[in-house]
Amino acid sequence: MNITEKILAKASGKSEVHPGEIVDTNVDIVMVHDLTGPLAVESFKKIGTLKVWDHKKVVVILDHQVPAESIKAAELHKTMRQFAKDQNLTFYDVGRGGICHQVMPEKGHVVPGNVIVGADSHTCTYGAFGAFATGIGSTEAAAVFATGKIWFKVPPTIKVNIRGKFKKYVTPKDLILNIIGNLSTDGATYKAVEFTGATIKEMSIAGRMTVCNMAVEMGAKNGIIAPDETTNKFLEGRITKIPDFKALQSDKDAEYENTVEFDVVKMEPQVACPSLVDNVSPISEVGNVPIDQAFIGSCTNGRLEDLRLAAQVIKGKKVKDGVRALVIPASQEVWRQAMQEGLLEIFTDAGAIVCGSACGPCLGGHIGLLAAGETCVSSSNRNFIGRMGSTQAKVYLASPATVAASAVTGKLTDPTKLEAKT
Amino acid sequence: MQNMIKAKAIKFSNNIDTDVILPGQYMTLVDPNELAKHALAGLDIEFPKKAHKGVILVGGKNFGCGSSREQAPLALKYSGVRCVIAESFARIFFRNAINIGLPVIECKGISSAVETGDELAVDFTVGKIENLSNGKKFQVEKLPTFIMKILKDGGLIENLRRKMKK
Repeated sequence: MNITEKILAKASGKSEVHPGEIVDTNVDIVMVHDLTGPLAVESFKKIGTLKVWDHKKVVVILDHQVPAESIKAAELHKTMRQFAKDQNLTFYDVGRGGICHQVMPEKGHVVPGNVIVGADSHTCTYGAFGAFATGIGSTEAAAVFATGKIWFKVPPTIKVNIRGKFKKYVTPKDLILNIIGNLSTDGATYKAVEFTGATIKEMSIAGRMTVCNMAVEMGAKNGIIAPDETTNKFLEGRITKIPDFKALQSDKDAEYENTVEFDVVKMEPQVACPSLVDNVSPISEVGNVPIDQAFIGSCTNGRLEDLRLAAQVIKGKKVKDGVRALVIPASQEVWRQAMQEGLLEIFTDAGAIVCGSACGPCLGGHIGLLAAGETCVSSSNRNFIGRMGSTQAKVYLASPATVAASAVTGKLTDPTKLEAKT
Repeated sequence: MQNMIKAKAIKFSNNIDTDVILPGQYMTLVDPNELAKHALAGLDIEFPKKAHKGVILVGGKNFGCGSSREQAPLALKYSGVRCVIAESFARIFFRNAINIGLPVIECKGISSAVETGDELAVDFTVGKIENLSNGKKFQVEKLPTFIMKILKDGGLIENLRRKMKK
């Protein structure tokens, strides 16, 4: 079996499972946030069960409309705060956590080999730690609150094997954009995507999270990377008992629907142009794109490594007049480290605004929205029509390095070219 | 859920994502009837007016991709959408729709056989779709029994309530 099948077999009490089979699995952790949680709470109350099946396994994180930008959002937060209190759940309030997908592993809620469901599509991020993690809706989250179980159709798996060393300023974000561009927005629908190869082996946890995070943008049920020493190093001190990663490797004779190969050696920075995530081109082919806003942050690219890279590009330079740059560290932990390392000072000196840890403009519900006719280059994960505000605005997705370089020049810019110029 | 429905079709293209079905700026709304006022606001702000008498939504491939927001199928359901038929669905949307009791049917070839305004008839019991305006018929694979049961119960919550009473 491959790693996804091994985890689903164990969680459903079977010795083996096969693609297409429907299994009833035990859930290790369920997570909801401020926009999906309130609906889940309402549904949970309708079921008629008084208590969640296991209060230690339900995590509530406020991160989307944070801090509350409207009375409506404040009411939703209040609902979740009260539910967490009544049910004695693990709860990350405003200022205590940050973006759910960063907080979950940071705070030790992600364990390799676990089944984790979250009422957010980017829950697949935790595959970076060798967990089976997937997004669900609010009603289904409510059902998990009550039963601790969920059904899955065992997915066929696509193996994505990646080799080669990245060029300077080419990042895991460029890799995953390139993969999505090749496989398309529905290229992995209902399927598992297992990322393997030397490039993955050498990749940091932050990079692996970026790669798995965007598996859903090609329709995948889950993205997954087998755990190793790098995983364990991150988890040390965060979880009490680190499982043996040898038990979570795909077997040599594991079956895959197909295997696709990627080589990053010659890869240049990639850009997903409006308004689909698979509308991907190397930056040199995108042409002249003036921008109004640059956003560095989100569950895709708001980690310390991302901020370091962006700071390296922008240090000593200024955000172009007429452009606003937003920087949002993914969590309080990232914020604190970025502050200690002087990264926030670099961004502030450049004329960027640094906001509190939250989802920010990524989903167009809170701060940093776009007006009609405006263009944003963003390190986030979706460039759909209206995603970041006006339906007449355009979003280009790129790496934090590309976003930082573009903020300086006021147009889409290859970070390596910016460096050559200055 | 009724076993048979008959309604006019409204057709959309490929990759209709949940951000255009229910834009992020309306995500703080909780009342489904309020959500319904903004159904498909990202593509056509007139949609709720067109849908309120009851319509069948026809989509291309990858319908409902993107965010896991259940507010998207909820907005469709309460705006008057009685069923969504598409070439293919994104998985979270598909599950969410069933869980809130909105029937969804995957049907290859549907988007080229239907135009907006056509009258469609769907028989869930046998998995039959007919375009009454042009006579084209489709036989689709029936959903697994336990999923049909969720739809018949009106959604996952009622389904679970019944199971737990037993």
